[in-house]
Amino acid sequence: MAPSRDEVFKQVQEVLSDALGVDTDEVTLEATLQGDLGAESIDFLDIVFRLEKAFSIKIPKGELFPDGLLSNPDYVAGDRLTAAGLAELKASMPHADFAKFEAEPLVSKMPDLFTVNTIINYVESKVAAAPA
Amino acid sequence: MRWFWIDTFVAFESGKRASAVKNVTLAEEYLHDHFPGFPVLPPPLMIEGMAQTAGILVGEARGFRDNVILAKVKSAQFDDYAGPGDQVRYDAVLETLDERAAVTRGTVYKNGQPIGRVELIFSNLPPADNALGLPAKNFVFTEPLMTLFRGVGSVAATGGIPGDEC
Repeated sequence: MAPSRDEVFKQVQEVLSDALGVDTDEVTLEATLQGDLGAESIDFLDIVFRLEKAFSIKIPKGELFPDGLLSNPDYVAGDRLTAAGLAELKASMPHADFAKFEAEPLVSKMPDLFTVNTIINYVESKVAAAPA
Repeated sequence: MRWFWIDTFVAFESGKRASAVKNVTLAEEYLHDHFPGFPVLPPPLMIEGMAQTAGILVGEARGFRDNVILAKVKSAQFDDYAGPGDQVRYDAVLETLDERAAVTRGTVYKNGQPIGRVELIFSNLPPADNALGLPAKNFVFTEPLMTLFRGVGSVAATGGIPGDEC
């Protein structure tokens, strides 16, 4: 049986606490990985590894944390994403909440999309899609 | 690698674990400054010893195709000193490995007693991705190291790690 959302949350709290050296009570749903929990780029790989183990799922490269988007000149104009870039990002991150970001899609604000809630949404979708 | 902080491997199990030792000697100049009258191996150098042990474990697991770069010291805790006359052993276990990165967990021993724990993250950088064009000497898997590594091949073939505590 697939774990409940609360069970997923608790396990994600453990994963992020171990990976980032923070207390579990700091790992709130709204916390951003980089801004609030202090994650560095290399930590994202560690988080991916730990999530794979914790939930027995396989996370393909770029699926949870999209990469390469910013190197495409069609997707970036100055300090923000183009409409095409935003569309591409939304398509590649259906697990993220774009409500705030899409009003002003600044590249510098992209890290704010990576919240604990984003990870929980992603894990839930992967667990649901995994063969029983 | 320009500065070796391990003397030899005493066990090596490809893709799983490695164990290397360093014999600390007062002939090593830095000990006279760290500290005057109280010579001890600086913990950062024990982290480096673990990084060399674990980094070679990671590199060998992928056939030394990539440059393996220490990306992050996730945690390092030490409970005791090691000084001249002591043998330090680094036991490293490969926790996770893929084409991008590796995570290792290790235990540091002094004369067989555990004195520290070190978790490391390595990044695997294919030579083609060396965008900075850094010369080979900046990386670990240079020919001199390979020569040393081949020299202990008979030890590597024995497998198993003494103690198996880590």
